[in-house]
Parts: sequence; C-alpha cells; structure tokens
Amino acid sequence: MMRLPLFEFRAPRTLEEAARILDGEMANAMPLAGGTDLLPNMKRRQQVPRTLMSLRHIPSLSEIELSDGGLRLGACLTLSDIAGDPRFRNGFTALAQAASLVATPQIRNMATLGGNICLDTRCNYYDQSYEWRKSINFCLKKDGTTCWVAPGSSRCVAVSSTDTGPALMALGARVRLVSRSREREVALADLYNNDGIDYIKRRPDEILAEVLLDSLHGWKSTYWKLRRRGSFDFPVLSVAAAARLSRDNVVEDARIVVGAAACRPLPAADAAKSLLGRLLNQEAIAEAAALAARIAKPLDNTDFDMTWRKRVTAEFVTYALRELRGDDVRAERESFTRYAFE
Amino acid sequence: MTTLPIESQKSAQIRFTLNGEETDVSFAPYKTLLEVLREDLGHTGTKHGCELGECGACAVLLDSQPVLSCLVLALECGGRQVLTVEGLGEYGNLHPLQDAFADLGAAQCGYCTPAILVTAKALLDLNPHPSRDQIREAISGNLCRCTGYLQIFEAVEAAMLKIADQRKSVTQMPG
Amino acid sequence: MPNEKGSRKIPVEAPKTNGDELRVIGVPRRRVDARAKVTGQTRFADDIFLPRMAHCKLLRSPHPHARIRKIDTSRAAAHPGVYLVLTGKDVPIQYGILPVSQDEQALCVDRVRHVGDPVAAVIAREELTAFEALDLINVDYEILTTISDPEEALATPEPRIHEYGEEGNIHKLVALEFGNVEEGFAEADEIFEDTFFFQGNTHLPIEQHAAVAIKDPDGKLTIWSSTQTPHYLHRALAKVLEMPAAHIRVIATPNGGGFGGKSDPFNHEIVVAKAALLLDRPVKICLTREEVFYCHRGRHPVLMKFKTGVKKDGAITGMHLQTLIDGGAYGSYGVASTFYAGALQTTTYHIPRYRYQGCRTFTNKPPCGPKRGHGTPQPRFGQEVQLDKIAEKLKIDPADLRLRIVESSNAVTANFFRLGTVNLAECIRRIVKVSDWKEKFRKLPEGRGVGLACSAYLTGAGLPIYWNKMPHSGVQLKFDRSGGISIFCGATEIGQGSDDVLAGIVAEVLGIDTFDIRLFTGDTDLGPVDLGSYSSRVTLMAGNAAFEAAERGKAIIADAVAEKLEIPKERLRFADKRVFDSAAPEKGLTFQEAVCLAEARFGTIGTVGSYTPPKSPALYKGGGVGPSPTYSYSATVVEVEVNPITGWITVPKIWIAHDIGRALNPTLVRGQIEGSVYMGLGEALMEEQEFRRLPKKLSHALVHKFPSILEYKSPTSLDMPEVITELIEEPDPHGPFGAKEVGQGPLLPIMPAVANAVYDAVGVRIDEIPVTPEKIMKALAEKKAGRDPRFGPSHFPHVNWPEALRVPPPWEGGDGNAVNDVPRRQKPRQEKEKVLAP
Repeated sequence: MMRLPLFEFRAPRTLEEAARILDGEMANAMPLAGGTDLLPNMKRRQQVPRTLMSLRHIPSLSEIELSDGGLRLGACLTLSDIAGDPRFRNGFTALAQAASLVATPQIRNMATLGGNICLDTRCNYYDQSYEWRKSINFCLKKDGTTCWVAPGSSRCVAVSSTDTGPALMALGARVRLVSRSREREVALADLYNNDGIDYIKRRPDEILAEVLLDSLHGWKSTYWKLRRRGSFDFPVLSVAAAARLSRDNVVEDARIVVGAAACRPLPAADAAKSLLGRLLNQEAIAEAAALAARIAKPLDNTDFDMTWRKRVTAEFVTYALRELRGDDVRAERESFTRYAFE
Repeated sequence: MTTLPIESQKSAQIRFTLNGEETDVSFAPYKTLLEVLREDLGHTGTKHGCELGECGACAVLLDSQPVLSCLVLALECGGRQVLTVEGLGEYGNLHPLQDAFADLGAAQCGYCTPAILVTAKALLDLNPHPSRDQIREAISGNLCRCTGYLQIFEAVEAAMLKIADQRKSVTQMPG
Repeated sequence: MPNEKGSRKIPVEAPKTNGDELRVIGVPRRRVDARAKVTGQTRFADDIFLPRMAHCKLLRSPHPHARIRKIDTSRAAAHPGVYLVLTGKDVPIQYGILPVSQDEQALCVDRVRHVGDPVAAVIAREELTAFEALDLINVDYEILTTISDPEEALATPEPRIHEYGEEGNIHKLVALEFGNVEEGFAEADEIFEDTFFFQGNTHLPIEQHAAVAIKDPDGKLTIWSSTQTPHYLHRALAKVLEMPAAHIRVIATPNGGGFGGKSDPFNHEIVVAKAALLLDRPVKICLTREEVFYCHRGRHPVLMKFKTGVKKDGAITGMHLQTLIDGGAYGSYGVASTFYAGALQTTTYHIPRYRYQGCRTFTNKPPCGPKRGHGTPQPRFGQEVQLDKIAEKLKIDPADLRLRIVESSNAVTANFFRLGTVNLAECIRRIVKVSDWKEKFRKLPEGRGVGLACSAYLTGAGLPIYWNKMPHSGVQLKFDRSGGISIFCGATEIGQGSDDVLAGIVAEVLGIDTFDIRLFTGDTDLGPVDLGSYSSRVTLMAGNAAFEAAERGKAIIADAVAEKLEIPKERLRFADKRVFDSAAPEKGLTFQEAVCLAEARFGTIGTVGSYTPPKSPALYKGGGVGPSPTYSYSATVVEVEVNPITGWITVPKIWIAHDIGRALNPTLVRGQIEGSVYMGLGEALMEEQEFRRLPKKLSHALVHKFPSILEYKSPTSLDMPEVITELIEEPDPHGPFGAKEVGQGPLLPIMPAVANAVYDAVGVRIDEIPVTPEKIMKALAEKKAGRDPRFGPSHFPHVNWPEALRVPPPWEGGDGNAVNDVPRRQKPRQEKEKVLAP
C-alpha cells in the first residue's frame, strides 16, 4: 500500500490565521483543500510539504454570492457544489460543464474550485512514484536536469490539466489572492504562466480565496473536454468558448480558450477576434477553429498521440462554436462524455 | 526524500460517528481515513486498489456524500459521519441494495462491491428513481474488472423498486 | 428481472435431464459467497491482521538490465523499527511455474532483468518505516545493454538475459507442421498474406497482490495469499525454502480478480514466508498498484504473419502462421504461451494443412504470462480479421463463409486436438439473427458499421504444468449427521464462481440446498489438490470430481434407505431435502435422517471424487499444449460508430452467442460473458502495456510508460455498451451436467469483431490491437491519398526457424506422433521433477 509521508497539520479557522501560518512557513507549508491532487502527489513523493494546512474550517471560503453584478465563488466550494447548482447556466454554463467533467463523482465531492484552478501541471514522466522517477534519473520538473519529453529543452513542458481554468478564463474570471501582507485581484488569464514548473503566479504565502465573475447576461458559454474514457481521465485537449450573439447570430463579443495544449490554458485571441462582427456561420467557425488550432502545442506527455491531438483540435473547436450558435450537438458531446449534461 | 525523526510521530485522536455509532480512535497522524478504518478500527470492508484516487474501491460516505477514503486525512474526520459497507444493513437485515447485488450477480470477486454499494446508496437516498444513465454516471468513479457493470445497473434498479415498495407499504400501513 | 436495455433475460425454466427436472443446476440463483461479498465480510489477503504482524516492502531494480556488484543493507538494518533485511543470498534457489523455465529468484542474486525486479526486502513494524528504509539500501549496479523488444533481442545475442533458452536472447522456438502446407497453397484459388500486431496488456485486478505468512503455533509455515494456484505456489515454496511440502500450508484467499495475473509463484510470497520463519512473527506484504504492473505476467505482445490458402467457396486449403512473441524478462508460462499462440486456429474452422512457427524472446521488461485466453486471443485476432478480408475478396458474407467451414463435433484437428461438442454454427446463426446482421452488414451509413468474429477456447488444459499421473482435481465430501455437507477442494475462488459451481453440483445430486453446504476451498491442508484456477478448468474438472464424490455418497445413502424402505435402490429419488420412493413419494426420509441412517449402517460417511482429463491424441512434442476435454465456442457481432474526421470510435452495442454446453448458474454465466466482453472491449480499444525507451544517448532506461490504474485505461461504467447475450446449450458429455467453459471464451472474438466493424464503418483496416482513433485517422489519411487504407505492421523480421516437427494429420494416416523425431511412446519418460517427498 502507498502511504503518506509524515507531516505537521494545521487547521486555521479564519483566512487571516491561514495567511499568518503560510507567512511563517512559506514553502514548507501547503494549503490543503480537497486533497485530491496534493495527497496522491505526496504519496508519490512529488510534493512533500512539512506542514499541511487545511482550508476546510474557514467558512468564508465556501460562500456563493450571485447577484445582478456577477458571481463570487469561494475557492473551497466543491466541484459537485458547482456542477450541481442549477443557477450556473447560460453565460455560466461552461463553468458548470467543466466542473461536472472533472475526474469522478467521488472526487468531485471532495475537490475544490480553487484546487482545480491551481492544479499542478502534469506529465507522464512526473506523475509517477518516487521509484519510477528514480529509474529515469528524475526530470526537470522535480529533482532532475533533463526534460524527457523534449530533451533539448531548458524549459519544463508539463501540461496544464485544469478543466475549470480554461472555462473560467473564457468567462473573464478574476481571482482574489490573500496573503498576510496584502490582498490582490488578478485576471485569471494573467495568473497562468506558460511554464511547466512556474505555471501559476501564486506565491507560496498566498491563498486563492475567491473567484469573481462579472455578469454574463446575454452570453452563452460551453466547455468541451477530450479524453479517452467517460470519467477519471484528465483532459488531453479542451475548449472553452463564450460569446455574446445578437439576435441574428452576429458575434458581438467572444472568448475562446484552448486547454491541455500547453503549460497553461491558452487564450485563442486571434480566433476570437476573427469572429467579431461576423455571422457565426460555417465559414466563420472553420476559420476561427483553424486559428485556435494553430496555437495548440500538444507534446508527448499525456494519453493519446500528440499528432492526433493536434489534428483534432480544429474539429473540436467547431463543436464548441456550433453549440454556441444553437446547433444541437448533443450527439457529438455524448460521444465524448458518454453522458448527457443537463 | 525527507523523513522526520520517529519521535515526531505523535498519536492523533478523533471522535466521529461510524455507521451510526460514536467512535473514538487513536492513530498515527499521517494515516488516511481508509487506513484508520481498516487498520485501527478493524473495518476491513472498505478496500483499496491504488491509494491514489484512481479506482474508486475505497469509497465511503462522509457526511452522506461518496468520497474516496484513501484521499481523506483521518485528522479531518473529527465530528463527522462516516458510513461504510458494514453499516448498510438495518435491524439485522441486509440493505435492499445488498440483497439485489447478491441475487442478480452484481458481485463476482466482490472487491469493488463495498464501494459501489455505498455510492449507490447515496444515489438512491438523493434520487429514489434514477434513470439507467444516472446510475451509470453515479458509479462512473468505480472501476470493476469482473462484471462489465450491466448486472450492477440492474441490481441498483431492482433495489430502487424494492425500496419504493417498502416505502409504499409503510405509508399504507393502518395508522 | 427488470430489464430496460441490457442483456436478454436468461431463461429461468430449468432444462431437463434423464426425465428428472433439475432443481439447482440451470436455475438463476444467488451464489453461495454473495452474502459475504455484499457485506464486505469476505476476507481478502490484505484484510488479515494478526498480532505482532510486521510489514514487508521490496526494493526493486531501477535499471532494466544490470549486474549486481554489491548490496549494502547495513543502514537499513539499523533503521529504528526495522526487524530484518533480506537479499538474494537468503533465498537463492531458483523457481518458476514451468519445470523447463525455473529462472526466477525471490530476490535477485547476480542480475536484475527489468525495472521492478526485486533485489532486497525490508521487514519492519510499520509499512511506512519499511518503505523509508528501502532508500537506505545501497546497491552497486553494473549497467548492461538494454534489450527493449523482440527485434532488438534477435539482433542482440549478447549479453544474454538468461543463460538458457535456444540461443542468444531467444527463449523458445517452435516449429510444427501438420501436413504439407505448400501443397495446400498450390491447391488454393487465392492466397492471403497478412501481418498483424497485438500489443501487450495486463490483468489489472482491482485487488493488488497481497500475502501474509506465519510460523504456526506448532512451527509449520502457513501463508495466505491472493493466488489462483495454491498448489503450484505450494511446490515452489517447498523447493525454495527447502522444506517438506507437508510442513507448508498455502491458503488461497478469495482473489479480488485474477484473470491469470496471480497464477505464478511470486517473489513477494516467498519473501514473506522466509521472513516469517526467520522472525517467528506474522509478515504481511501488499503490493502497490505500480508493483502489480511489475509482477505483470500479462498478455504477450505478438507480431503475427498469416498465410492462408482458400478455395473460391471459402474452404481453407492450408495455413501458415508465424509469431514473434515478446516474453519479457522471465519464462513464466511463456513456453506454453508460445505453443498456445499456434494451437487453437484449427478448432473453429477446418484446416487440413497447418504450419506453425513461433519465437519467444526475452526482453528487459516485466515478464509476460497468462492472461484470460492465454496466448490464443492474439492469433485469433489475426485469423478472424484475415477471414473478413477473405470473405470480402471472395464476395461471400463473413457469417456465411464461416458457416461453410466450421469444424464438426468430435472431430480431431490437424494438430490432433479432439473436439467435443461444436456448436459454432448455431452460435453464428443465432448471432446473425438477433443482431439483424444481414440488414446491417455493408448497409449502414458511413461512420457506422458491424463486425463479426468467432472463437474457441479450452475447457481446462489437458495436461498439468508439471508432468505427473495424478488427478487434476480432487474433492472430498463430509456427510454430517446434521444433514449438512462439507466440500473440501483445492479449487480457488477468483470471482468466477467456483465455490458456487461445486455447491450447485453437490446440491443437485443430493437433492439439497446450496445453503446446506459449507465449502473449504483453496487450502492445501484441507482439500485435495486442484491444480488451480486457470485455463477455465475448474467447472469441468473440479465439477466432475464433485459430481463423482456426490454420486458415491448418494449411492451409500441410497443403499441404507433402500434397505430400510424395502424397495429397489433405483426407485429412490433425492430432491427437496428428502430421499423418497419415486413411486410413492410420501414414503421416505428427510435427507438428514437418511444420512444418519447410513452412518449407523455403514459408519462415518466421507467420499472422494477425482478427475483426470482423457488422454490426448496429440503425442508429438509440444502436443501437450492445446488439448482439452472439450472446447467452448463464441460468435459476436459488434456495432461501432467511427467519426470519419477524427477517427473517434464508440461502441454502442454488442451481441454475443456462446456455446456453453449447460449454464450451471445462469446468473453467474451471464456475468462471465458480460465480464469477458467488457475485458475484450477494453483490450480492443484502450488497454496497452506500453514501455518507454529513453533516448539511448542519454539513458539506458526502459520503463513502463504509466504503471497506474489511471493511465492504464480500462473501461468505466460510462464506456460499457449494451450487451445482448445468447446461450447455446447442448450439454457436452465431458462436463458436469454438460457444462463447458465460459470465463474466457467470450472475450476472444471481441477484438477482431471491433476491427472488422471499423472496416465496415469507414473502410479502413486496423490490423493492430488496440484499435485507436489515432490509428484510424492515419489509415483514413492513407485511404484519402489513394494508398492501402490500412494501419498495421508490414514487416515480419527474419527468424532462423528450426526444422519443423512433421506430424501427419489424421486424414493422412497420422497417429499423433511426429515422423521426424523419436515417437514419445518408445522413449522412456525422463522425470524432470522429483515428486514432493522428504
């Protein structure tokens, strides 16, 4: 059986107390929310914090506030809470879909929004036990000097595997980070960094406390996830798209994000721009899809052949855009998810 | 790989409700709920297939919700309610799900069975009449290598009908 | 049973035999161990906790191929909480499942041969302590050349991974010829040559391997282990520990899934046994999921080349099969697997002339062994896909083609396997009917398709793993005055329902309820030997033994009751827990009274039954692999949907017909069929035991790409299609109540049916398993470019095949012996193994 290493355990009752603990411990402490990513990593000795600081006992981190102005989500809301909330539709659909597609029902009952946003990047050479990594002499991301995906690379290319990240970026989300010394609000798009090791600009003493969304009245959004099976698997490709369409399907505003195709969710800015002011017809969709596919850079660090993942990106983007247009793409969606999203 | 000196291995203690009974237990603090259930409380009904949250065999109900006990720190369970397969029956009878699984071939090697039973129970408690697709989705986090799942779906459906019958006969009892 | 969509309802009406209605056999019922399983009370190996129990962890090689220069365990031994550290010199004696490949050591002494090969063991008070102490062991390795695959093995005779085998890194070469295949090709109207590849995959039981060993209160060794083969483990322990087998007790705990992955004696079992003896305290080990991947013993990756000659009407005139098999680092069952890869082609369709050449190489990867189907699914894939191509070329419907050439009941094949009942034709006809094959094949819109395939499988290997003349299965029955029966048998419950089979048969014969029966199985101290749960042998062999023991007991009781009732014994019936006069049913005794009467009359009642398979006509060397008392047959139609742009494939529905002889418990039978279909689908679409060879200039590493249950893909509840099951029941005289096997056969045809369906859907051939979107997309690109619309291997490397053993088939006057070797019957048999005796 695989066992956790030893650790000290703290359970602060307020955000201030939590921030103080992190300030004292810095990189020696890690916040523990659902634990569904951190605990496996600890058992494999990828991450071995001296102190685990539970965020479970801070009530303010699990609050939801929905108003005309927008949505505030506590970072410790579980993915089940979000997937199951009937209010997260229309403009917010992408978030609910993304949350509902993560892992499995049991994991969604435990995993949190904040945890999924901050999800560690992944790689076939990194998400392995200590013994396995020893037999490849470790890797650039952890304890080694070579990136085995791209041996010539000086940069780690571990892949972004978050589902809620791309969805929230497409919805224009901001996050609130709290530390002992300050609080800051950052656009989620600016929080991610395209590096497999430094993939998120959250300092070790900061707690991601809240996700903020402006009102998406008049918008439609969607999230598509590609993976081998109907559950468990991380994305090998994902597309989040949001658009505000006029009554005659002319695109007034749009955002497209491609996930699991780089070390961070990629904003497909050119693709979105190409749609502005245009009718969302087949030609426009194809053009935008091609532009979005161009930025995807899948590498040999996940399930599925990287060439295939690259080749199917454009087609995948068209499903998302056709759905925003109002097409019935339930058959296509179910061929991937094996389950109807209601 | 860092190790801490053995002196810092204190013993932790929690009080929680296990299968409806208040329970006190001492354990090594690094242990997960799975390990404490099996090793410190003698409740070996909950199984493990990977300890990394990748197979579902360790599922239990925590405050009525299916979770993976291999990823829950025992330290986080103080004051909470845990239900395992051992606690499914009532008044000396098997839960209708257990009867249905036994009768309809839903358990072959039986190793994934406890986790699927508690997960299915949570489903039926929340939604007394799930569709086949909803049943499928509810246990999509539980791998089975023996059955191919189809007899499991049928057993959940049979249990669903039995529970509905039981409820009907209760409400129809002269009062 | 409620049944919206799902399997067709299994008929509840119990079939009749001898004019008497069967009351247990054929009736869907709750299996005898169901209650324990649904209450979580079944005691699996890791559920065993004993006072003073210590925990063991194994240190495994990080290198794929290396010499061990030195091991320094001093720091580990001194670590607080550590009781004992073992290395190879503590348990050096070699063992292995097959007598001809005793090439394993519990802990490697001189050499490690794959990443994961165990070199040391730490036994400590806590498992975490043992794990931490592993890092304190220093092993000085000298790196040797890594050999990654069979082609590399063929090209790299030195360094040898093992000092035995054919030569270099070739473990085994097989060359058999039954009739002159060239003549067959000369007679053919068309010749087909196809190369296929079947990737390796693994069993992935949900329960990881675990074992607990103790020194008994009386000083003997007892070990509980999740093993399918307690008897073979028993023999290995006696050998390695140099102890009399009579002082060792092996208890096979119920397996949380086996599928062939728990059929070898394993390093960890021997290590905990040794540690328990040295420490005189219980020692437990439970492997992590990654370690299970290193135990492996899964499906061999096989490259196949089929050359088949056919007449215009589809009749096969000759077949030549070559296989190149990736064996991994040890022998395991590999020699048998090599023979199996060439064995069953002849059991489905008549093949008058057949040549088989097989080559198994060693490579520096976890060893391959038996996985459900054992060596036969790979060539079955090739055979059934090639048949599909043949049907297309000859312009015959694939179902009709097969119907023309199916073998007949009781035939003897070209390679001298005697068949039992063969209802393959009925399976095909039934599957064609229920799936609406004729309305769908080549008629569905682009992107949807159906594929058909068939298969056969043994109902128990005709020969034991080690040569001996003793029964393959034995059952003892104790008849208690309470009216209860105890069954003692070495058979192992791995989920397939062997306990229920035994109880059902005994209950039927004696006219009692399965709940009146207690089972003591899988325990080498309590029950007579049963060779183990592999090759689908238990229902037929242990079942027949149980039947015999029950009939003997019935006869004794009948004698006593007949005497008491003063009627001829033939008039007695055993039913409904009574023994009574069939002419005057109210005249009789309860079963309990009858037992007491018999005990008073004859003394304590205990009976035995045993079973040995009939002698096989395959007398040539190598003819020991493939014979069976009888064979099951399956036919399947798989419907697929393929996206022509992305290659994305989904499988909405599968129909399967299985020639089972008799379904002893239809509920269990359905479960075995659906479970086999599920696993076949997993293999067809997503299961792959894949390895990474890091760039040679930078590293010698050869690692399992993803030894986790997340990345090794197995279908979830969302991925499982609808399955319609059809049972064909013509009782086979070889099986108890006519039963044949069902645990492995239905898996085999799924993989080729999926590939055939993809061709029907989008017109491309994927001549490889698994069939994945990437391969489909590549093949579609080839099709679009006007090239061969196919993905698969095109090259079969050169192998120096030895001269073939020539065995004239029955219709050429053959007697089962080779003509170019000394016939077995004239050569004195050499004892390869001495019988276990002090």
